[in-house]
Amino acid sequence: MKIALTASGKTWDSMIDPRFGRTEFIVIYDEETQQLTVIDNSEVKNEAHGAGTATAQKLYDLKPDVLITGNGPGGTASQALKHLNMKIFVDAHELTLKQAYEQYKSGNLKEI
Amino acid sequence: MNPDKPLKIAVASGKGGTGKTLFSTNLAAFLSQKQKTLLVDLDVEEPNDFLFINGTIEKISDQYKMIPLWDENKCTLCGSCSNTCKYHAVVQLGTFIAVFTELCHSCYACSELCPVQALPMQRHKMGKITTIDSGNLTFIESRLEVGEEQAVPLIHQTHDLVDTQYKDIPIQVFDCPPGTSCPVVAAARKADFVVLVTEPTPFGLNDLRLAIETMQKIQKPVGVVINRWGIGNDEVEKYCDQAQIPILAKIPFDRQIAEYYSNGELVYDKIEYITTSLRQVITAIQHAV
Amino acid sequence: MQSNNIHEIVVLSGKGGTGKTSLTASLAVLAGNDAVIADCDVDAANMHLLLRPDFGETFEFYSGELAVINQDLCNQCGTCAEVCRFHAIPQDKNQYQINALDCEGCGYCEKVCPTHAITMQERRSGSVYISKTKVGSTMVHARLDIAAENSGKLVAKVKNDAKAIALAGNKHFIIVDGSPGIGCPVVSSLAGANYVILVTEPTMSGLHDLKRVHAVIERFRIKSGCIINKYDLNKEQTAEIKCFLREEQIDHLADIPYDSIFSEAMIEEKTIVEIESPLKQLVGSIWEKVKEQLTRKN
Repeated sequence: MKIALTASGKTWDSMIDPRFGRTEFIVIYDEETQQLTVIDNSEVKNEAHGAGTATAQKLYDLKPDVLITGNGPGGTASQALKHLNMKIFVDAHELTLKQAYEQYKSGNLKEI
Repeated sequence: MNPDKPLKIAVASGKGGTGKTLFSTNLAAFLSQKQKTLLVDLDVEEPNDFLFINGTIEKISDQYKMIPLWDENKCTLCGSCSNTCKYHAVVQLGTFIAVFTELCHSCYACSELCPVQALPMQRHKMGKITTIDSGNLTFIESRLEVGEEQAVPLIHQTHDLVDTQYKDIPIQVFDCPPGTSCPVVAAARKADFVVLVTEPTPFGLNDLRLAIETMQKIQKPVGVVINRWGIGNDEVEKYCDQAQIPILAKIPFDRQIAEYYSNGELVYDKIEYITTSLRQVITAIQHAV
Repeated sequence: MQSNNIHEIVVLSGKGGTGKTSLTASLAVLAGNDAVIADCDVDAANMHLLLRPDFGETFEFYSGELAVINQDLCNQCGTCAEVCRFHAIPQDKNQYQINALDCEGCGYCEKVCPTHAITMQERRSGSVYISKTKVGSTMVHARLDIAAENSGKLVAKVKNDAKAIALAGNKHFIIVDGSPGIGCPVVSSLAGANYVILVTEPTMSGLHDLKRVHAVIERFRIKSGCIINKYDLNKEQTAEIKCFLREEQIDHLADIPYDSIFSEAMIEEKTIVEIESPLKQLVGSIWEKVKEQLTRKN
């Protein structure tokens, strides 16, 4: 399974970025290889409008199985994500990436 | 001023809540006692004038903007459209192209630059224009669909409709959206005169200054109506004197007005000093243009 | 885990004139130096009139793009003007020129120009300030250029700066004066919020706007509470608003009577909690309620 997390930093100890479209980074954890990949999202962050769809587009290229984030994608972004076969877990915004992943594993995060 | 052309008055304010709707609806109703008058609500995101105008619906016309439609069979997934669109309204998601209508500015670039014509432009409903007949007063409401974000194209289309179908109505009042950004510029652009409604407080003055700057940028003559006069201080008056901006009227603060307003009632014929103020305003405007 | 301690409170109202900014500034005074203030109502930024920030640091802000023609490279073919759907490239004195007011930055002209005379450049849209307020707290605020448009990007910038400052200074609160409407800037001002305070008034449009804003908040599952300002102007509308609050499980924070103290305080460049009146206690109790809701959540 590939897990994507919206992140405000690049390591397991970074906080989850509550924002989807304007998240600082997307961090991908591959459970098979146990590797962490960091994708810098700063060029999307600089868009005046349409950050949600631009970030959604990135996820299509990364093809994660699961997304862990804070508030959850907004209107257009969730529309954009619906064709991606990916589970979305929300309300992880006061956790570090590590904590968020553990909470997800133990079934404590809310799926939308 | 060309006598064959209608007199167009725009009513604007730097921020919301100053009494722009109150003033526009009452001015239009007052004018319609003597001559045929048109009131146009261009606050397309939050049109509220209808709450105050009674009449019969004459016509409702849907308004469209043009957006690209993806033709899956022609598309080669070359990615040109997705790279072209600056608004991220057209994005390539895996093996399909998604179009997000609310982000689309109808620039046609993705469609016309597609090498295999796989994104023809089609109509998409963005709002509607309702015409209401209220005797001597014709009322036009322009309303954006919920979820649409582009106010400017609808405002332009409303102006076009007024200029083709209602050009015989000699006096026209346009209730503009609040603020100082693109929608208010689009709404006031055709006006012969802009009335800025403000209140005599520091917030009012700050927003008024910005509104005046905006209108000067598009070279419109302006006049100021001070609403809720008496609640604050005289800084707005001092500023107008200094900047040589005419004060057209001062409408005193009166709880009675607020109560009528909250119930959707007009006051132009109920409160005498309102009638007097409206008469002053229109005389001053006719004199100025 | 630092940011666990920061509570972000966003104050919103669909329409203008409800007293939102006066109330936000009051909460900012009550929170004192334990809060960082973010003014995201950049279309009609007014909070500085009450909190008297010192405009300490200024940054230029760029958002969106604008086409620029290099006249040395232009061969006057007019292709750009033909494709521009915004009529933003009029020909003046035999030269094609970009009208900045009409240009929407779509970049079509740049793509079709045969001599590559057109480039898309970042558009300056305003200034962002980091200031000290009169109560010693830090405030991040912005001013839009004339006819420039607010954007999710500007709101995100103001909020991000506020958050970074709150983290660095170990502050407990971020108080955000939210953007009007329900578009992209509002979504951006809500992202990351822990609590939303809705300010409304008992008019037909007040309730209508409240419902629209609430629909956006619900999507992000953020807890919210509502203040009905000028509640005594129309008791029937107030009752209807209260009904809506109950149905939607929105905390009813307070009913504030119509009071000229709002404008009297404003003229003295003060918030309503800096002047002795019954409203001072009322707003104080709102702040206590909000804090209670925030701690209960954790």
